Amino acid sequence: MDKMPGWADAVLVPLISLILAAILSALVIIGIGEDPIAAFNLMVEGALMRSSGWGYTLYYATNFIFTGLAVAVAFHARMFNIGGEGQAMIGGLGVALACLYIPWPNWYVALIGATASAALFGAMWALIPAYLQAKRGSHIVITTIMFNFIAAALLNYVLVNILRPQGAMDPATARFPEATHLPTFQDMFSTAAAPMFRGAPANVTFFLALLMCVLVWFLIWRTRLGYEIRAFGHSESAAKYAGISPVKITVVAMLISGGLAGMMALNTTMGEAERLVMNATEGAGFIGIAVALMGRSHPLGVLLAALLFGFLYQGGAELALWTNIPRELIVVIQALVILFTGALDNMVRMPLEKVFLSMRRAPKPDKRSAQTGPAE
Amino acid sequence: MTLMTKLSGAVAALALTAGAVAAEPALIFDLGGKFDKSFNEAAFNGAKRWAEETGDSFREIELQSEAQREQALRRFAENGNNPIVMTGFAFGNVLAEVAPDYPETKFAIIDMVVDEPNVRSVVFNEHEGSYLVGMMAAMASESGTVGFIGGMDIPLIRKFACGYAQGVKAINPDANIVANMTGTTPAAWNDPVKGSELTKAQISQGADVVYAAAGGTGVGVLQTAADEGILSIGVDSNQNYLHPGQVLTSMMKRVDNAVYEAMTAGTDLETGINVMGIANGGVGYALDEHNAELVSAEMQAAVDAASAQIASGELQVHDYMSDDSCPALSF
Amino acid sequence: MSTAVAEESEIDVTQVASAIELKGISKAFGPVQANKNISISVKPGTIHGIIGENGAGKSTLMSILYGFYKADSGEIFIHGKKTEIPDSQAAIRAGIGMVFQHFKLVQNFTVLENVILGAEDGPLLRPSLNKARGVLKQLAEEYELNVDPDAIVENLSVGHQQRVEILKALYRQADILILDEPTGVLTPAEADHLFRILDNLRAEGKTIILITHKLREIMNATDTVSVMRRGEMTATVKTSETNPERLAEMMVGRKVLLHIDKQPAQPKDPVLEVENLRLIDDKGVERLKGISFHVRAGEILGIAGVAGNGQSDLMHVLGGYANATGSVRVKGQEIDLTGAHSDGQSRRARGIAHVPEDRHREGLIMPFSAWENMIFGYHRDPAIQSGPLMNNAAIKAEAAAKMDRFDVRPPNPKLAARNFSGGNQQKIVLAREIERNPDILLVGQPTRGVDIGAIEFIHQQIVRLRDEGKAILLVSVELDEILSLSDRIAVMFDGQIMGERLPEETNEKELGLLMAGITDTDSAKMPEAPMAFSEDDLQEVAENAESSHPEPVTETETETGETAEADPIEAQDDTEAAEPAEEAAHLEKAAQDDAPVEEISTPSAEAPEPEDVPQTDVPAPEEKKPVESVSIGGFSATIQQGAPSAVTANTKPKEEQDTEAAPQQPVFKSRARPNKEGDKDG
Repeated sequence: MDKMPGWADAVLVPLISLILAAILSALVIIGIGEDPIAAFNLMVEGALMRSSGWGYTLYYATNFIFTGLAVAVAFHARMFNIGGEGQAMIGGLGVALACLYIPWPNWYVALIGATASAALFGAMWALIPAYLQAKRGSHIVITTIMFNFIAAALLNYVLVNILRPQGAMDPATARFPEATHLPTFQDMFSTAAAPMFRGAPANVTFFLALLMCVLVWFLIWRTRLGYEIRAFGHSESAAKYAGISPVKITVVAMLISGGLAGMMALNTTMGEAERLVMNATEGAGFIGIAVALMGRSHPLGVLLAALLFGFLYQGGAELALWTNIPRELIVVIQALVILFTGALDNMVRMPLEKVFLSMRRAPKPDKRSAQTGPAE
Repeated sequence: MTLMTKLSGAVAALALTAGAVAAEPALIFDLGGKFDKSFNEAAFNGAKRWAEETGDSFREIELQSEAQREQALRRFAENGNNPIVMTGFAFGNVLAEVAPDYPETKFAIIDMVVDEPNVRSVVFNEHEGSYLVGMMAAMASESGTVGFIGGMDIPLIRKFACGYAQGVKAINPDANIVANMTGTTPAAWNDPVKGSELTKAQISQGADVVYAAAGGTGVGVLQTAADEGILSIGVDSNQNYLHPGQVLTSMMKRVDNAVYEAMTAGTDLETGINVMGIANGGVGYALDEHNAELVSAEMQAAVDAASAQIASGELQVHDYMSDDSCPALSF
Repeated sequence: MSTAVAEESEIDVTQVASAIELKGISKAFGPVQANKNISISVKPGTIHGIIGENGAGKSTLMSILYGFYKADSGEIFIHGKKTEIPDSQAAIRAGIGMVFQHFKLVQNFTVLENVILGAEDGPLLRPSLNKARGVLKQLAEEYELNVDPDAIVENLSVGHQQRVEILKALYRQADILILDEPTGVLTPAEADHLFRILDNLRAEGKTIILITHKLREIMNATDTVSVMRRGEMTATVKTSETNPERLAEMMVGRKVLLHIDKQPAQPKDPVLEVENLRLIDDKGVERLKGISFHVRAGEILGIAGVAGNGQSDLMHVLGGYANATGSVRVKGQEIDLTGAHSDGQSRRARGIAHVPEDRHREGLIMPFSAWENMIFGYHRDPAIQSGPLMNNAAIKAEAAAKMDRFDVRPPNPKLAARNFSGGNQQKIVLAREIERNPDILLVGQPTRGVDIGAIEFIHQQIVRLRDEGKAILLVSVELDEILSLSDRIAVMFDGQIMGERLPEETNEKELGLLMAGITDTDSAKMPEAPMAFSEDDLQEVAENAESSHPEPVTETETETGETAEADPIEAQDDTEAAEPAEEAAHLEKAAQDDAPVEEISTPSAEAPEPEDVPQTDVPAPEEKKPVESVSIGGFSATIQQGAPSAVTANTKPKEEQDTEAAPQQPVFKSRARPNKEGDKDG
C-alpha cells in the first residue's frame, strides 16, 4: 500500500521542505536586521529577471545537474557516492590535459574529446572505491570521502609542481588554447541588437547536461543495465538470485557515477575559467547529493533541483552584492535549504503521510478529499 | 495577487536605492575573504579609512566562487559604481575581459598588471622593502644565520625572499639564510601553527632573526620568535606593536594606501601602471616606539642610505619575478 | 518477582473482571481496515488463543494493545479499569508484556543486561544487575525459565532468546503476556518447552494471549480461542468445545476440504543429479556435508527438514548463487558450481527455474511493478530487447497475459509487487518461473505466508508441471506439504540427507525422527555423521519406527512413543549422576536446552560425547512437529490427529511436562556450551 500518491511524494514533500527552509532563512535574515522579502526579491530579480542572471543560474545548475546525476545513478544501485567532489576534480584534470596537450581543430571536436577525457578521469577515480566496495566490502561512503581529500591533494601537487606555468602566481594551469574555448550563451544567443547573457558563464555544456539527463533516464529505465542497477539497489539478495553480479553492478554504477561527476569539470574548467584552477569544483560534488535527494534520483527531478540550487547560488551572489548580509550567512541560508530538502526529508514526509492516510480513511463521509484540491 | 504587487513594489524600492547610491566606489575581495589578517584586510582598512574621512560609503563583496569574479565586476560596473577596486592577481584575466565593456568605469587592481586604458594597475616593489629589512636583520643577527618564512610558495613570495636575501648578503656576505615556505595552497596564508613550527625549526638551525612574509601565518611566527627570545620582522602592515621590543621592524606594503588613494581619486582615477616602491612610499620599513630600542643609529643610517640609493636608482635590487631566479638565494 | 506474583493473587481474589477486555476496537491503514469493531474479553489465569490467517489483523490488534498503534475507535479495559495505552511504556505499566515474533534483544548484551534494559533502577547498573540476577533465579525456579544470566544473547539458541523476552516481560511485572507467533522460529522441542512455561505461568495466575495460525497449538494450549478473519473477530469459543475443522472453517470463511488431487507419478530418467555436494560458508561452517540425490523427470522430490539444516544452502547452490564443490548434472551434463558460469543466469540457461524460499528477499523486487518482476532473472532474454533498450511494451503485454493465466489479483501489471498479497506475490513468482517451461523447477516454501485459496492453486500448478514431465525439487518446512505433494521425500538434518522415504510408506513420526537427525538401522543412507548409537538406543528407535504406521498418528500412539523413550533416559541418568541435582533442578536443566538446531550453525562446538545426540530429542519432534501446521496439504491429517481426544487443556500440558522434560535431558548434555550454561544455572 503506497502511503501517498506519487505527485505528493515528488512535489509536495520538496515544496513543503522548501517553504520550511525559506521560513527559517527569513528568520535568519530578520535576525541580522535585513528585510527578508526584499532579500527574496533581490534573489529573484538577480537570478531570474535578467538574461545574464539566468546565465549564472544555468551555469551553476549545469554543475549541479552533472553531480546530481552522478549521485542519483549511484543511489539507484544503493550506493552513496560522496566522492563527486573528488571525481569532478580529477575530471577537471582530464579536461585540462586534453585541452592543453591535444591540438584540437575546433571547439566541438575539443568538447567531445574533453568530455571523454573528463568522464574517463572521473570514472577512474571512482573505480578504486568501487572496487574496494565490491571486492573487499570497504564502505563506499568512507572510501569516496577519503578519495576527495586525496584528489584535492593530488590536484594541488599536479597544479603546483607540474602544470603551473613558469612564474604564475596561483596554482592553475595555463589558459587553454583558443580552439578549445566553448561558446557561451552570450555567443550563442546574442544578436547585435539584443545582447543576451552578457558576461554570464553559462555555456554549451548546459545542453550536454540536458543530454545526460535524457541518457541517464534511458539508462535507468529503459536498458537492461539500468534494470539490473535498480534491482541490485533494491535488493542485493534478489539480484544474486537473478544472476546479477553485485561486483559488476557496483563497479559499473560507480564508473558511470564517477564519469558524470567528472564531466561537471567541463563546465567550470573548459566552459568558464578556460584553465584548471585549484578549487574548480567549489563544492558542487556535495551539492549534488542534495540535488539527487531532492530530485528523488530521477533525471527530471535532478534537473529541477539543480535549477533551484542554481537559483540559490546566483541569488546568494546577488544578496552578497547588494545587501549587508555577510557571505557566511548566505552560506547558512543555502545550507538550510540543503538540510531541509536533503537530510530532513523524512521530517516532512512522515507527517504528510499521516495526513494522507487519515484523509484516505474517510474520504466520502466528510469530503475531506475536496480540501486537498487547492494543495495540488 | 496582492502579494505580487507588494513584491514588485519592494523590487522597485530596491532598484531606487540602488540607483541612488550610484557612483560610490566598490571593493572586491578575493576568495580569502575580508578578514584574512593580511592583504584583503589591509585593503579593507584603506577603504574604511577613506569612508571615515569622507563620510561616504562604498560597496564591497566577498567572493564565493571563481565564477563570481566576473559577475561582481560586471554587476558593479552596470550599477554605476566607480571606481571598482579589486585585490589580488587572480582578477587579472577577468578584468582584462570586462574592462573594455565598461569604458566609462575606472578599475584598480592590486598586485597585477592589466593593460587596459581604464585600469590602474598597482604593483609593489616588495623586493626593495625586503632588501631594507634584510639589511637590518643581518646587522641585528649575532649568529650570522637569519630566517625567512613565506606563506604560499608563489613567485610573489619568492620576490620577498629574494630581496630579503640580497639585503642580508649586502651586510654580511657570509650570512646563512634559512628560507621556508609554509605551503603550496592558499591555506598557507593562514596557518599560524605551522608558522610557529617552522620558526622553531629555524631557531634550531641557528637563526636569530626571522622575517615572516606569510599573511596570517606570520602571527604564529612572531609569537614564537617572541617566546623563544629572538627577533622577528613583520610584513604588509606595521606589526611592531604585536610584541613590543621583540619585533625588529616590519616591511610595510601599503595596500591600504593604494586603496585609499584609488577611492580618494574617485572617477578621476589615474590609469596605467602604478608602481609602489621605496621612492613613492609604497614600501618601506617601520620604525616606532615599539622597536626604537632595537634599531641602532648605525643600523638606521645604513638602511636610510640604501633607501636613498634605491630611490635614486643607484642601487638595483634584483626582482625575482623578472626572471624567476635569485642571485642571493636558491629555493 | 515475588511482589508481582503477590499482586496477582490479590487480583485473582478481588477481581472477577476480565484481565483484558477490548470493546469495539477498529483500526485502519489507509483503505485497509485491519481491525473492525473487535471485542474480546480474557479471563485472568487463562491462556487465550487468537487464530487467523496471515493478514487477518491479529498482530495489529496486539500492537494496539501494546501501544504501538492507536486504535481509531474502541476502548481497552485492564482488570476492569478503562486504560489508555498510548505507548509501550503505558502498556508495561498496565502489566502487559509482549513477546514479539522477531525478538527485540540487543544481540551483544548479556541476558541480564537485556533484562534490565529500560528498567534500570538508577544510574548505576550494578544494583539493578544484582537485583535482576536474583529475580531471574527465582523465575527460573518457578517457571522452568532457565537461561544463563551472563550469556551473551547472540550466543543463545532461538528458544533461549525467546525465554529472555519472556523474562524481560516478567521482570517488568507483567501479568498479561502476549506472544505473537511464538513457535514460528522454534524447533518442535523448543515449542514444547515453551508451552510448558506458559502452563506454569498460567498456574501462577498470569494471563496469556497466544497469537498463532497453527491450529494444533490452539487446541493443545489454550482455554479459549478467538478466531479472526479479515480484520473481524468471527468467533470466541471455549477450546474444549470446538475442534480444528470448525476453527479452520471460521478462519477461512468457508468449508475447507482440500487435498491434492494427483495421479501417481510417472517418473522417467533422472534430470537433476547431485553428488557429494559440499558447501562451506563465509564463516567457515560446513553447511552442506556431501549431499547426493537425484530428481527424475515427472516427479516431485520433497526435501523435509527443520529450517536451517542446509535446505536453503542447497537451493542457493542449485540456483547458482552459492559456491559449492561436488557434482551437479542436468540431463547428464555437469554444470559449474563455482566461477563465472555459476550464477542465476547460467542456471536459467540450463533449464533450471527457481521459486526461492523467500520471495521478499529474493524472488521479487518489492518496489518494482509486477511486469518488471515478471522478467526478473530473465531480463537478458534477447526476445525482450529491442536494440540497446528493453522492449517494455512487449514485456508488459506478456506480463498481463501471465497474470491472467495465474489468476493474479488485482490483474494490474503496473502495481508494485509489495502491493500484492502474499499469495498473489507468490503467483507472480510462480508464473514467471513456470511459464518459462523449465526442465527443472526448484521450489522453496511455496506456500509460506500464502492464504489458503492461493495454496490450493499453487499446489495444483506444481503438480501440473510435474505431470508435464518436469523434475521438481520441493523444499518445505511444512511436513504436511511435503507429504501431500512429494513423490519421494528426502530429509535433511545438519547439512546431510538423513534418508529418503516414499510418502505412502512413511509417516510424520518417522520423518520427524529423521528431521531431528535420527536414522534407524534400516536406513540405507546412513550419513557419516559423528554419531554413534548404543545398541539399546538403536533398538528403541527401531521399535519406534516399527510401531508407527502410515496412517496418521493417534494420540495414544504418541503417548506410547513417549513412554518407550523413558528407558534411554534412565540410562542417561547414570552419566548425569555426577552432577549435584535434586529431581526438580534436574528437570529444569533438562528442559533448558532443547535446541538441536542451534548446534547446526556451530559444528565447531562439537560434542564431546556424540553418542548422546541420537536418543535425545527423539520424542520431541515426533510428538509435536507433524501436527503444528495448518498448511493445507496435510490438513486432513492435522484434523484427524487433533480430533480424538479433544485435548482438554488443563490436564494435557501437565502430562507433557512430565513425559517430555526427561527425554530432552541429554540434549543439552551433548553440547559443550549449553552444558556449561546448565552448570552455571544449577
